[in-house]
Amino acid sequence: MDDQTTQLLSVRNLKTHFYMDEGTVKAVDGVSFEVYQGQVVGIVGESGCGKSVTVRSILRIVDKPGRIIEGEILFRPRNQRSVPGVNEVIDLVKLAPSGKEMRAIRGAEIALIPQEPMAAFSPVYTVGDQLIEAILLHQPVSKREARQLAIEMFHKVGISMPEQRIEAYSWELSGGLRQRAIIAMALSCNPRLLIADEPTTAIDVTTQAQVLDLLRALQAQNNTAIIFITHDLGVIAQMADYVVVMYLGRVMETGPVDDIFHAPKHPYTRALLQSIPSAQSTPRVKLPTITGSIPHPFNRPPGCPFHPRCSDFMADVCDRQTPSLQPVGDRQQVSCFLYHGVEDNS
Amino acid sequence: MDMTSQSDQVLLEVKNLRKYFPIQKGFLRRVMGQVRAVDDVSFYIKEGETLGLVGESGCGKTTTARCILRAITPTSGQILFETQEDEVVDMAALPKGELRLLRREMQMIFQDPFGSLNPRMTLFDIVGEPLLVNGIKDRKERTDRVAELLRLVGLRPEYMRRFPHAFSGGERQRIGIARALALNPRLVVADEPVSALDVSVQAQVLNLLLELQEQFHLTYLFVAHNLSVVKHITDRVAVMYVGKLVETAKSGELFDTPRHPYTAALLSAVPVPDPRMRSQRVLLTGEVADPANPPPGCYFHPRCSYAVDICQTTPPTLEEISPGHFVCCHRAQELELAGIGQAGNER
Repeated sequence: MDDQTTQLLSVRNLKTHFYMDEGTVKAVDGVSFEVYQGQVVGIVGESGCGKSVTVRSILRIVDKPGRIIEGEILFRPRNQRSVPGVNEVIDLVKLAPSGKEMRAIRGAEIALIPQEPMAAFSPVYTVGDQLIEAILLHQPVSKREARQLAIEMFHKVGISMPEQRIEAYSWELSGGLRQRAIIAMALSCNPRLLIADEPTTAIDVTTQAQVLDLLRALQAQNNTAIIFITHDLGVIAQMADYVVVMYLGRVMETGPVDDIFHAPKHPYTRALLQSIPSAQSTPRVKLPTITGSIPHPFNRPPGCPFHPRCSDFMADVCDRQTPSLQPVGDRQQVSCFLYHGVEDNS
Repeated sequence: MDMTSQSDQVLLEVKNLRKYFPIQKGFLRRVMGQVRAVDDVSFYIKEGETLGLVGESGCGKTTTARCILRAITPTSGQILFETQEDEVVDMAALPKGELRLLRREMQMIFQDPFGSLNPRMTLFDIVGEPLLVNGIKDRKERTDRVAELLRLVGLRPEYMRRFPHAFSGGERQRIGIARALALNPRLVVADEPVSALDVSVQAQVLNLLLELQEQFHLTYLFVAHNLSVVKHITDRVAVMYVGKLVETAKSGELFDTPRHPYTAALLSAVPVPDPRMRSQRVLLTGEVADPANPPPGCYFHPRCSYAVDICQTTPPTLEEISPGHFVCCHRAQELELAGIGQAGNER
């Protein structure tokens, strides 16, 4: 229980913008959330909501012309620096993206399971070589020990015949095995925080179920915190403890998974949940829809980004001012004027 | 609900369809083996009905759909289609030249709304092309028809002169649907039509497909891997595994009481969007069998937790175990399997 209260990561008012010739894309525009040890935080959102850019900002691997322009990413690393009490919490935004400190954190303390397992491995090295390289980079072990660790990791993630499979190239593995190999790689240095960016979108439901079960088992074993990104509400419901709902670079609602699914507050969350055909719903009746489509990033609507599609739109309020994330009830936070009035001074 | 619009007239009947792809090796391209992509598949679709074709990637569902449209020529088997003139023709045996007239009656909606529209053609060209090919040469007539089609799928006719890049994924999928409907087809083959779309847009396109079906009395073959979507839109479902049909039944029946262990495993793998229903899933172990070198007996037996001796030696056949419910399993009668409804309640 003590672990649950240890705050591992705190993202505060993060803004990552992309400066292009055509204009500025505010991919992430004021995102805040916390991750506690051993917790699974799910970030849901549709394409262009900034969920991937958020985690890439945490890892400091935002591609040019993107830049973090504001905000803090406070991370509590495992290995306290030699000066006690000073660097207990590090602001990742202040570190150089390719500096020594960031490289020590990336991979060892915060690991990533990328979306495309095919693209994540190099096709010209065996998966074992790539895994051993990662282990050697972060752990003081010999090459032979690293190889042993790699085989153990493969065994742990349920790859049969790990001694042989470690010699395979990524293109020789099936989709499920490749995904397991990626998970082995991400977990090889026993990170405190694992970021899974749509880890199951490219694979079949049966394999997806295996991978999700594996992630949950490993998470329970090592008490790793996970940030789980997906657009699939089913996966979120099965995996997450805490949910962050994003839309066009902003957090619409956050809360414990049960509240998000059974007492959603924000009109966007509600509409999203209603629009998915559920296995329980009556077949062949018309689904409630969200009108319109996601605006192009250059044409972000003023005010609340969701207002042109919102069923509870209030003229002169929602299109004029941007709501901020405020607590509603004990555990949820919502950014919507339905729940808290307009601030007087703004 | 929709039962009234359905007749008992069978529009399409597929009999013992096979499509083998040869594996060629070496300089002389000698045939080393066969990939049995579709292996002895039989099913039918009634007029006005939606049949869902589901399975994991590589199970042959897309190949089946393509064979039906004769985009590829099947190795053997019959594809019996009832034409507008109440004639039954075998699509599989028809020479290429005679296909074109029939292609008016069956059209396809593609998965990728970005790859399936030519970026150099305007909407007028894209949607109007099937009209032109089929002899509507008068430009005015074509313009009117394209405008009508665009209105039908919820796009403004003024957009006719624009290029596809100006549209979002959902709108592009609507363009693809308009093109498919241009020639008043009776059978529409939709290959994963919503899997590339965002959740909030998916519902719009599903609703549109249902509306159009009602309005034009369309028959759909709906190929998909998302089982929640399939349950929502289909009347009957056919489940495929490694090129073979393992179970077909009415949607409700198949989802509530599946009789094939593979169907049950597939259903239990679907993540339910409700955190209170974190069910104990039936996890499949192992990998999908290789269609070039399938195991003996039932293809599913190495992964099946109910397998007995006979499953390893004798391939089961598709049998009707209750009216309209066909299962390809030796133990279909005795097994009690959980469907989607029960999986959650058990906990």
